[in-house]
Amino acid sequence: MDILIYGIINSVSLALIAIGFTLVYGISRLPNFAHGALYVANGFIVWSLLNILQINYILSIILSLIITGIIGAAIYQFILIRVRGMATSEIIASYAIGLAILEGFRWGGFKGMTYTLPVFIEGSIEIAGIPVDFQRILAVLIGGLAIFLLWLFTHYNRIGLALRGMAQDERAAMMLGIDSDLMALIAMALGSILAGLAGVVLLPMGNIVVEAGYNVLILAIAVCIVGGLGSWVGAVLAAFMIGFAQIITVRYIASHFHMVVALLAIIITLILRPSGIFGRQKQLEERV
Amino acid sequence: MIEERRKERLDRGIKVRSEGIYAISSWEEMAYLLLPRLFLISGMLALPLVMPGLYWQRVISIVGIYSLLALGFDFLANFVGLVSLGGAFFIGTGGYIAAILNTSFGLPPVVTIPVATIVGAGTCTLLLYPCLPLRGVYFAIVTLMYPLVFARIIEALNILGGTDGIVGVASFPNRWIEQYCILITVIISLFGLRRLVNEDIGLVFRGVKDNDQAVKASALSINLYKSITVFIASALGCLGGAYLVHIYMWSGISQFALDFSIIPIAATVIGGGGTLVGPILGCFILVPISELLRAFGTLRIVFYSLILVAFIVFRSEGIVVYAQRRYHQFERWVRV
Amino acid sequence: MSSEPILQVRNLHKAFGGLQALKDVSFDVHQGEIFGIIGPNGSGKTTLINCITGFIRMDSGKVSFRGKDISRQPPHKIAAMGVTRTFQIMRPYYTLPAYKNLIVPLFSSRARKAGGWRGGGRLGARDTVSIDILEEIGFERDSLVPYKLASTLPTGYLKRLEIARCLALRPEIILCDEVFSGLSMSEIASIIPLIERLQMDGITLIMIEHRLRELFRVTKRVMVLNFGEKLLEGIPEEVMADDEVKKAYLGSEEV
Ligand SMILES: Nc1ncnc2c1ncn2[C@@H]1O[C@H](COP(=O)(O)OP(=O)(O)O)[C@@H](O)[C@H]1O
Ligand SMILES: [Mg+2]
Repeated sequence: MDILIYGIINSVSLALIAIGFTLVYGISRLPNFAHGALYVANGFIVWSLLNILQINYILSIILSLIITGIIGAAIYQFILIRVRGMATSEIIASYAIGLAILEGFRWGGFKGMTYTLPVFIEGSIEIAGIPVDFQRILAVLIGGLAIFLLWLFTHYNRIGLALRGMAQDERAAMMLGIDSDLMALIAMALGSILAGLAGVVLLPMGNIVVEAGYNVLILAIAVCIVGGLGSWVGAVLAAFMIGFAQIITVRYIASHFHMVVALLAIIITLILRPSGIFGRQKQLEERV
Repeated sequence: MIEERRKERLDRGIKVRSEGIYAISSWEEMAYLLLPRLFLISGMLALPLVMPGLYWQRVISIVGIYSLLALGFDFLANFVGLVSLGGAFFIGTGGYIAAILNTSFGLPPVVTIPVATIVGAGTCTLLLYPCLPLRGVYFAIVTLMYPLVFARIIEALNILGGTDGIVGVASFPNRWIEQYCILITVIISLFGLRRLVNEDIGLVFRGVKDNDQAVKASALSINLYKSITVFIASALGCLGGAYLVHIYMWSGISQFALDFSIIPIAATVIGGGGTLVGPILGCFILVPISELLRAFGTLRIVFYSLILVAFIVFRSEGIVVYAQRRYHQFERWVRV
Repeated sequence: MSSEPILQVRNLHKAFGGLQALKDVSFDVHQGEIFGIIGPNGSGKTTLINCITGFIRMDSGKVSFRGKDISRQPPHKIAAMGVTRTFQIMRPYYTLPAYKNLIVPLFSSRARKAGGWRGGGRLGARDTVSIDILEEIGFERDSLVPYKLASTLPTGYLKRLEIARCLALRPEIILCDEVFSGLSMSEIASIIPLIERLQMDGITLIMIEHRLRELFRVTKRVMVLNFGEKLLEGIPEEVMADDEVKKAYLGSEEV
């Protein structure tokens, strides 16, 4: 039973972490290796707004998400836009940006165990005899809500539809008058906000540490590869698979194997089905 | 009115002759071709003699280690098309193997370093083998994960000395051996790789990078040739790792640290990718700067990340590519 | 007895998502013949070649070469047995001179074994072999053409280069994907004798073509594909007289 509950919590958290990465990749084919950095950055921004500027918590969160979105958009507009289409440069540039942000925080003194965000609601309840704190329940609710809203947005909103069009066929979308750069910019901002949101929701359960940035990046990538890069349904499904696999390993083997599970999942996926559960790259590539 | 003009570039005659089917005749032409090489080799060999102070002499060895890694990165990325973000994985594998051989079996560096190179390269190739069919993003992502995950495993299982690492590894007999061995290794690897990529097999590697379907249609296994190149690149990295362990007399999870993954990439981009010399030059520039910045902690990583981004964004060709062009070509402005 | 076919394709199926690109295709090709495959655009001809040579995994069905099942082999192994192909969209190494393009196939163990090449491993040995092959396929040896960068060659030479890559492997079968398309009448006229010579050398050819009249000059037996299904198989006159074939062709484009 606890496996079920913690499995769900863990899976939704993973989905929340991964959804931003997969959104950006799905729409603009940009692997945003700065994803984890944005996650952590948002945490520090909230912390600063809250503790240095003494702004109200909810307001801080909203402000921080806006700031993170702007940072993401700026990264695209000033840097990534110049290297689009060159896979190697995209990876190296975004990874370097991520490193610069993370290590910059570390250098700036944001390290150790001193930085924490308050939980949204104190306390916990018992579900089927297992105590679960409210923050974790909120995380599941917010994660589920975010995924649902994103789905609504991309299916019923004009911009959302344009984004989806681009994800399917960039050139055709451009011929229909969709501005591919603008869409990529929006995707990047949205992806960054999602990374930030994940940070806001998940960070209160622990400390804000720079290392989390790397972990989040790895987890996001693991989920996306297993689900098929760029596939949203795949990402959610993969989040549940990896999420439960992790909880089960932690329960029956050892708690340090969190990350190892993620790597194993990637390797198994790559061997069995390189395009992921829902990927369609492989097939398209062969087209003559 | 603004005069419209553009730059025109012409190859120097000697360059044309030496690259084509024509013979080189005079000693001037020989000198033209050999001088840059001699200059490079003698410059590198003179370094240990002119460096003041123990600290900077140590830096030479470190530069050498990074140069090996950067060579491997450039070779994989620009001649085979595999972008590896996991230089630290090679360093760590080579380092731990050498440390274990030395501390547990009492083998001296002359044995541990070659063995760690070969066994380490074999291990890395085996572990990366499932990822070889992947291209571009996928390969980069997976190689990025390896060092991080291995560090986690060592920490979690508390094997191989856990977070304390393996201490008490033997050092080199003296600094001359330490520095000259690594510099000579770098020189041999550089010219060896240059030779390799210009052989017939080098064309196969390039085919794997640009046109893998045609390579498959030519009855060659992509995975086999990728494995060969990964073996070569990881051998360079493992050699560097083994060397490092003997220099610091210690092996620990910090060998999986980011510096080893990011500096070689930055060095390649700055020095000029696809030249093989460029990455080495890049290391000779970046590593000393990084040592100077050591007092500022992780600021140095921020520093190379930003340099890297700047070079990539402004599409810089890299120092060596620029220098080669100036050396081999005339430039003049012509009116259009 | 030469009755056993050199290549045997049985009940081949391939779907891309919902699109059934090949449906239950079966045929035999005999040693030394030139077998034609025709069909309107998008009828699955290229997909058929991709499946036979292992570039795409077929969903079900069986391909045997000299009685040996090759359906699940990777492309390089199939090529190493001598079942070679050209690409409809040519895939030369654009940054290399034409003669260097053949170094890659000549590097394979099949080419090494088959040739026992003069000069063995001597530096530059492959270059000479490569120029011999290019001459065989119509690159004038004494001109500069073999030394030109592939990116500067006209289509006709690139098509020849595709065939040359197969020849470097000493092939048993060459599957040609639209070698004639994009060429002028005179270029085709100069390639046809080359193809006839390959046949005389004992190489089996499978030719996918759109240019029916030119194809019928070299082939005695053709198969028609339409929407991934085999319509019929027979001698050219029979095939052209068939109503369904006319409809398939006229339905989509002019003959
Ligand atoms: N890799 C692929 N992925 C998806 N569909 C494909 C792929 N390759 C071919 N197709 C589809 O299969 C059908 C047959 O294509 P093809 O074999 O190229 O036809 P032909 O060569 O006869 O013109 C076409 O409808 C094409 O769009
Ligand atoms: Mg076709």
